[in-house]
Amino acid sequence: MNTPTLWLTMAGAGAVTFALRLSFIALLGRAEIPPFLRRALRFVPAAVLTAVVIPLLFYVNGAFEVSLGNERLLAGLVAALIAWRTRNVLFTLGGGMATLWVLQAIGLGG
Amino acid sequence: MTTTIRKPKVRTYPPRTMRSREADHLGRGRGRPLPGRIAHDPDDLIEEASASPAAAFMAGARDIVPILLALIPFGVAFGATAMGSGLSAVEALGMSVLVFAGAAQLAALPLLSAGASVAVVVLTVLVINLRLTLYSASMAPHFGRLPAGWKGLLSYLLTDQAYAATITRFDEGETREPDKRWYYLGVGLAIWVTFQAATTTGVFLGALASDGWSLDFVLPLIFIGLAVPAIKNRTTGAAALSAGVAAVFCAALPLNLGLIVAALVGILGGLVAETVTERSRR
Repeated sequence: MNTPTLWLTMAGAGAVTFALRLSFIALLGRAEIPPFLRRALRFVPAAVLTAVVIPLLFYVNGAFEVSLGNERLLAGLVAALIAWRTRNVLFTLGGGMATLWVLQAIGLGG
Repeated sequence: MTTTIRKPKVRTYPPRTMRSREADHLGRGRGRPLPGRIAHDPDDLIEEASASPAAAFMAGARDIVPILLALIPFGVAFGATAMGSGLSAVEALGMSVLVFAGAAQLAALPLLSAGASVAVVVLTVLVINLRLTLYSASMAPHFGRLPAGWKGLLSYLLTDQAYAATITRFDEGETREPDKRWYYLGVGLAIWVTFQAATTTGVFLGALASDGWSLDFVLPLIFIGLAVPAIKNRTTGAAALSAGVAAVFCAALPLNLGLIVAALVGILGGLVAETVTERSRR
């Protein structure tokens, strides 16, 4: 991506984010979140975060791969376990990176 | 603004004795607040009832400190991953200033390096940041009557952390009306400065790091650390599961639309699961 396009993208992302933040503060008393949207919004974190993670674990260089050779998938599973037990992002980060480095050193993938 | 300085000390209700008993009952009456928790000490309350703008600002900046520590990894991870994705230091910092939303920025990076179009990146950021409208709606009663400039400034500083740290005390009337903007500004600016400093740190670390360290793996790990606690029950579990399955099949979608499509499938999955659960209860 060239530089002007990149800045345009970032400015667009910033403008959209600011509009979301300002939305109801600016509209006070004149608008409420429709009940259906409010229901849907509760599922945004679980859905979006999972949608970001899954391709990064299951795809290696653009190809779907589920095997012991996929070190990132294995390290990701360990990290998910740590996240579930500790609910702590720092522990998840540390444990996941350590697992990946160990797996890479062992070289299961050959 | 000056009117708040000369206000006499306001008596709080219920009376102090009752409050401390209540606080003891909750097991957090005396001593320092637990890390990660905002101070709600009754003594603070009386002091802040008559706070000047500067005092309210400082109280906000002070109360947010434990949460700032948890914020640092996001900024550092973004700065380092941005360098790995081919952004320059100025571009990485520019994005942190323009967007100022760690999760959305991190999620945008793979799209930026894959050469996704402007519309796809902006749309992805929009979906990830949709939750900010909830915070905005919840904050509106407290900020709605401020001048436009204040609304703009305080909105720009609206983050998960700033919201979480202020909404309870605002809703329960622990901060007086004229002090709210200053207290919130203290919270928001402390978060902003920390996030920018953490991004800068990450940019330098990212430039030093070698490819052999696989630091790009920090991105999925941060999202795993956030996603797992977001799965709280069956319906959010269904949302995550359907998003995950959809993400596998949508990864090859043209224009890098996979993330948005998978996220929408996940939201739909959650709604369907909720409807089914409600029906079976009847």
